[in-house]
Formats: sequence, structure tokens, C-alpha cells
Amino acid sequence: MMSDASRPRLPRGVRLHEDKLRDRWVLLAPERVVKVNPIAVEILRLCDGSRSLTEIVSDLAARFNADAERVGADVRTLLASLAEKRMVEL
Amino acid sequence: MSETPPPPEGLLAELTHRCPLACPYCSNPVALDKAADEMTTEQWKRIFSEAAEMGVLHLHLSGGEPCSRRDLSELVDHAAKVGLYTNLITSGVGLTRDLFDKLVAAGLDHLQLSIQGVDAPQADFIGGYKGGYAKKREIAEWVTREGLPLTVNAVIHRGNVEDAPRMVDLAVELGARRVEIAHTQYYGWAFKNRANLMPTRDQSERAFAAVEARREHYKGTVVIDHVAPDYHAKFPKACMSGWGRQTMNVSPSGKVLPCHSAEIIPGLEFWSARDRSLSDIWRASPAFNAFRGVDWMQAPCVACERKAVDFGGCRCQAMALLGDARACDPSCIKSPHHHLMGEIAARDSAGPVEGFAPRRYARGDIVSGDA
Repeated sequence: MMSDASRPRLPRGVRLHEDKLRDRWVLLAPERVVKVNPIAVEILRLCDGSRSLTEIVSDLAARFNADAERVGADVRTLLASLAEKRMVEL
Repeated sequence: MSETPPPPEGLLAELTHRCPLACPYCSNPVALDKAADEMTTEQWKRIFSEAAEMGVLHLHLSGGEPCSRRDLSELVDHAAKVGLYTNLITSGVGLTRDLFDKLVAAGLDHLQLSIQGVDAPQADFIGGYKGGYAKKREIAEWVTREGLPLTVNAVIHRGNVEDAPRMVDLAVELGARRVEIAHTQYYGWAFKNRANLMPTRDQSERAFAAVEARREHYKGTVVIDHVAPDYHAKFPKACMSGWGRQTMNVSPSGKVLPCHSAEIIPGLEFWSARDRSLSDIWRASPAFNAFRGVDWMQAPCVACERKAVDFGGCRCQAMALLGDARACDPSCIKSPHHHLMGEIAARDSAGPVEGFAPRRYARGDIVSGDA
């Protein structure tokens, strides 16, 4: 389950990949190519297993001068959806 | 079609047709490529480099049994170096611990392991290989212990249809992140063997519903990909996600195909990766352009609101059952020949339960069963 102390990471076999030819970012996973929007790219870059959810949210909120509560909601929605697909570990 | 089509995302490399198993549902062509006709290591490497350059993201290493190739780890190493996501599709038979370690070191991203049944007697009978089930369990453990993603793949037919939901349970027990439950696709050897493989409509529908019911239960644990039974379907599958749209297949001898069954369609001209670049073949080969887009369609597909959803279904199925590759796939309720599917399935499924013809590589041209 996801909590503020969760340290999300991309599991082995899931890669954030810049698809230069198509000018986009994707997550490459078993039998899946998932398009990733620029905000999600920023979130996923921080999901390295070393940062807690709280740290990720405050980093993004500070960097983009955004409301931490809203950023937190976006981050949780993205990570929950990817965790369901086994593309993020919490 | 003169404009350049968007590049494919996937390449299926059928490295060899050699295989130690004898699965009766094998969908590879009835005539298999000989070992002597297989491409060399250097030829495959060149193809992988070209694939990466033209925009392919996923490389699926398949066969036959890809572990039958002595250069497998060298090929994975090259594919990983040029940036491809490498997926090994294997029966596990022939995958030694030493080879597994080499593949991991080479940068393998994902391993897909086939299972034929939910216990050793059933699985080894269907796969025609004693000890196969135990070997697969061992390999699943190597993969999960290593931390690599594991997909378990099971093909469903009359001999195991009652166990389809238990295949999902087994995949979870083996630690798979993804499981593929595929009702038999009747192409190649499987088409010849159809009368020995076809479950009843009732069996198919119960199996399908039971697997679907596992989705919610295993949410977040395993991703279920489910391939529906064509002969009991209402709408066709979006075969290959559309002809010449997302994927290309390279046969062991280097023929580049829109799908691995495409050679059953008469009149198609296939080009070889031995003497042309992959991007030229993708863009200009007559076989790829034959059914690309929607211009080739006839009624009812041409006026169908689903034509961008399922692309008219499967060209090979229309060819095999109706003798016309441009026809609407008869698995679609809109096909005037849809009734054939149910009639064939009812006739075929009335046969004995354990009568299927195992496929042996060395005897690849022997067929049985009534097509």
C-alpha cells in the first residue's frame, strides 16, 4: 500500500525511455509501451527507490512552484495506476 | 500506398524453428525452416541495429525455441547495446543455468515462459516432453530470484480448458507479474490439428468467464492478458493491431512477414532481410502494403464503424476459412459467413478428448487431424 513513507521505484524490466524518433517519452515494460506526459516524466525520474513520497512531492512542488496538496494528489494517482499494472513498486 | 507508414514498435525475431517440445497447438507454419537455412549471428545483429534505428522499441526473441540458438546471449547483448527492450519467449527447455546467467549479464529485460498444464502429468503430456514442467518451475524461480519480470503464457484447448483459471493461479504462485491466457489460435500446425483441439462453446465460455473473474481478485499482483477464442467470438481480434501497422516478423531464414502466418496467403510477395534493409521492407514490400490501412477492404468492413478498431480482423483467417484474404474475418458477426465458425467449432469439438497430434520438429511435415 502507498503511504507518505513509501519509496516508489521502477522495478527491473520497466524503463523510462526517450523515444526520440517519435518525440515522446514512454515507459517500456513487458509487452507494453505506455506514453508518458512531461509531468509524469518529472515524477518518474524521482522514483528511484531512495526518495519517499513526501520528498518527491515537496521536491516537485518547490521546483514547479505548485501547491503541494495538488501535486501530492497527482503523484498518488499516477503511482497507484502504474502499481496496479506492476510498473511501479511502492 | 506511397507515403511512409509510421515505424513499427515491435519486431518478432523467430530465431529458429527448432524446438524440443511437441505442442499440438503450435501455430508456426506447417512447413518449417531448416536449421541450415537459418540466418547467421551477423545477419541477425544487423537486423537488430536497423530495427532500433527505424524506431522499434520491443524485440521479441522467439521461435521455435530460441534457446536452441547457440549465439542467443550474443544476440541479446547486441540488441541491448542498440537500445532495444529484449523479451525472450521460451519454453524453458534448453535454457541452462549458465545460459540464463549469460542472458542476464547481456541485459535481457523480460522472460516469457510457456506452460502447458497445471501439473507435471498434464503439462508433460501436452508438451510431449518429460520433465518439462519441473524444468519450467525451476526457471521461474531463477527469473523471480534475479528480479527480472516473468510472464507466464498458457495456450488453452480441449485438453486443458477446464484448468484455464488454475493457470492464472499457477502463474501467481510462480511469481509472474503478467500472465497470458490464450485460447488456441488456429493457424499453421494448430489449424491442421483443429479437430483435436477445439473445446465446446460451453467450455470456452466458462473458461473465459472464470479467467476474467480472476482480474479483480489479482489486481496489483498479476496483469492478465486474455486472448479470446475466435471460433466462439462475436467480433474479430485486431490481428497484429492492424496489418503492417505496429509489428514485423522475421522468419528464421530471413523472410520479413506482416504476421507469422502470412505465407498462407497466395500472391503475396515477401522480401528478405538478407538482401534488403528492414526499413525498405517495412515501407515498400508488396506484402506489407497489401492490407495496410483500409483501402483494401470490401463489404461489410469498408462501411463498418469498427474498421479502425479491429481492422477487419485477421487476413489469414479469412483466407483459411473463406479462401479470400480480403473478406471480413468470419469470426465477426457482421460477416455473412459467421455461422461457419460455430458450425466448425461444434463439429470439431465433438471429437475425443485426448486425440491430438503432437508436433515434432524432425517430423515437421507430418500432419494429422481434419482441417
